[in-house]
Amino acid sequence: MIFAQADEPFVRWDWIGRNLDDLWAATQEHIILTAIAVGVGLVISLALSIVALRWRKTYTPITWVTGVLYTIPSLALFAFLVPITGLTRLTAEIGLVSYTLLILIRNIVAGIDGVPGSVLEAARGMGYTPRRMFIDIQLPLAMPVIIAGVRIATVTTIGLVTITALIGQGGLGFFILRGLQFFSAIGTTQILAGTVLSVLLAVAADLGLLGLEKLLTPWAKHKAAVG
Amino acid sequence: MIRLTEVTKTFPGTSKPAVDKLSLSIAEGEIVVLVGPSGCGKTTTLKMINRLIEPTSGSIMLAGQDILSMPAYELRRGIGYVIQQIGLFPHKTIAANIATVPNLLGWSKDRTDARVAELARLVELSPEFLNRYPGELSGGQRQRVGVARALAADPPVLLMDEPFGAVDPIVRANLQDELLELQSRLKKTIVLVTHDIDEAIKLGDRVAILSEGGHLEQYDSPDQILRNPANGFVADFLGSDRGIKRLSLITISEIKLDPGPVVPRSATRQEAAAVMARYDIGWAAIGDGTEVEGWFRAADLEGRDTLEHVVAREFQIRLSPTDSLREALDAAITSHSGMAAIFDGDRYLGIATVDDISREIVQ
Repeated sequence: MIFAQADEPFVRWDWIGRNLDDLWAATQEHIILTAIAVGVGLVISLALSIVALRWRKTYTPITWVTGVLYTIPSLALFAFLVPITGLTRLTAEIGLVSYTLLILIRNIVAGIDGVPGSVLEAARGMGYTPRRMFIDIQLPLAMPVIIAGVRIATVTTIGLVTITALIGQGGLGFFILRGLQFFSAIGTTQILAGTVLSVLLAVAADLGLLGLEKLLTPWAKHKAAVG
Repeated sequence: MIRLTEVTKTFPGTSKPAVDKLSLSIAEGEIVVLVGPSGCGKTTTLKMINRLIEPTSGSIMLAGQDILSMPAYELRRGIGYVIQQIGLFPHKTIAANIATVPNLLGWSKDRTDARVAELARLVELSPEFLNRYPGELSGGQRQRVGVARALAADPPVLLMDEPFGAVDPIVRANLQDELLELQSRLKKTIVLVTHDIDEAIKLGDRVAILSEGGHLEQYDSPDQILRNPANGFVADFLGSDRGIKRLSLITISEIKLDPGPVVPRSATRQEAAAVMARYDIGWAAIGDGTEVEGWFRAADLEGRDTLEHVVAREFQIRLSPTDSLREALDAAITSHSGMAAIFDGDRYLGIATVDDISREIVQ
């Protein structure tokens, strides 16, 4: 905004008015990129968590590898992937998915581990098979912790999606990137529009997932009393 | 019904067996209580019956079948299981919790619903609780749900691992009474683990006293164990008050009651004083035969010649013939007079004195 000239208004509302369709399309793209990343991330994380829970020794290597993925700077990751997978949505999703894994796996495993031993003993004692126990008892009881992980992963991903504008994706990040190329109120307006919409999206997703958690765990408001 | 033969369990990484060559036979329809100090292998023994723990060697037969001859989950669906922490599923309603085994067995919804309603009545759980979650119930209610859940598919055998260990003493006594009441109707084969010898005496048709390493020290009826402890270990475990403990096995109706210091309304002061003197106490009851209005103190007669205008006080502690001598002893001691008044409904039956009761301890 220091680039904005003094005699120009700070925000060009007329630009927003003229580009409503593009903003809406970018928002949709942003949502799709996020949803795919978190969805695929959740499936992979669930599979890896089951492996980690079944064979405890694999948990440390799994968190180690996903931890390394998590620490790679996103710019470097995309720079590395582009020569292989090109300027495609696939490239974007590979990056985005890898950033969700550590958070999701940690929360799934912690959630399953948090199921009280007495509940598992009762379930086993009454004739649950391990598979049915996982689906019917462990997964539902781990749900609050798992959804907490999904919330963090989703909000993080919504922010990261903007970076993928650099490889021709990016949803709302497109406007932020393009805004940086204008030394004018048009530029500021575009940066602000992209940023504000991205933040709103993150807040909405977080609240939506919180609501989903309440819906999926109607017992949880009483869970403190269960021994 | 259940027969353990030379059952041994050695946990990995230990040299001494937790249970060593234990043989035990449990008849159909009886409550057998496994009791002993911690480390005696009582819980391990219980869990080997439903294969939550697999024995290292030896055999366990249930209803004539080797328990290893079927998949563990199938065996468990046919055995009720109740644990101390109850382990209700917090994410399922009470109805769904009770329906656990019927659901695993694939019962139809109608049959399951009918059974859940029946069980709620059986354990005296109000139907309004059925749609609530375990977190909304008190400890005693949750334990009742735990029992209902274990009984859901009407298993012939019930395993209970310290089922009443986590509730306060008053609730525990109630739950114990309810279990006995339930058992008098259902006639299940029940194996119950506890570390509380009083609970074992109260609940067990037979009590198995185990010492460290799963050694069976004595296996007999509570009465026999209290009368004739097999060895020093058993005598120590029962405690020096085992004579008093035995009183909880005898009901008041089994002893001869003293008519007590009862005087009619028409009695004079002298007559009343004579009765009190005979019992060497400072009070007497007003009444005739089984009709007793209440009691009065010697001081209430001050300045009167007859009992005509004496106000009868109510008996604070009224015991019934089905109460145990243990309760009679507690009442007699706390009443200061050394006596407990026994009523059958409104009918006065007499009194039990500390002397009468202690005679039973000596026998």
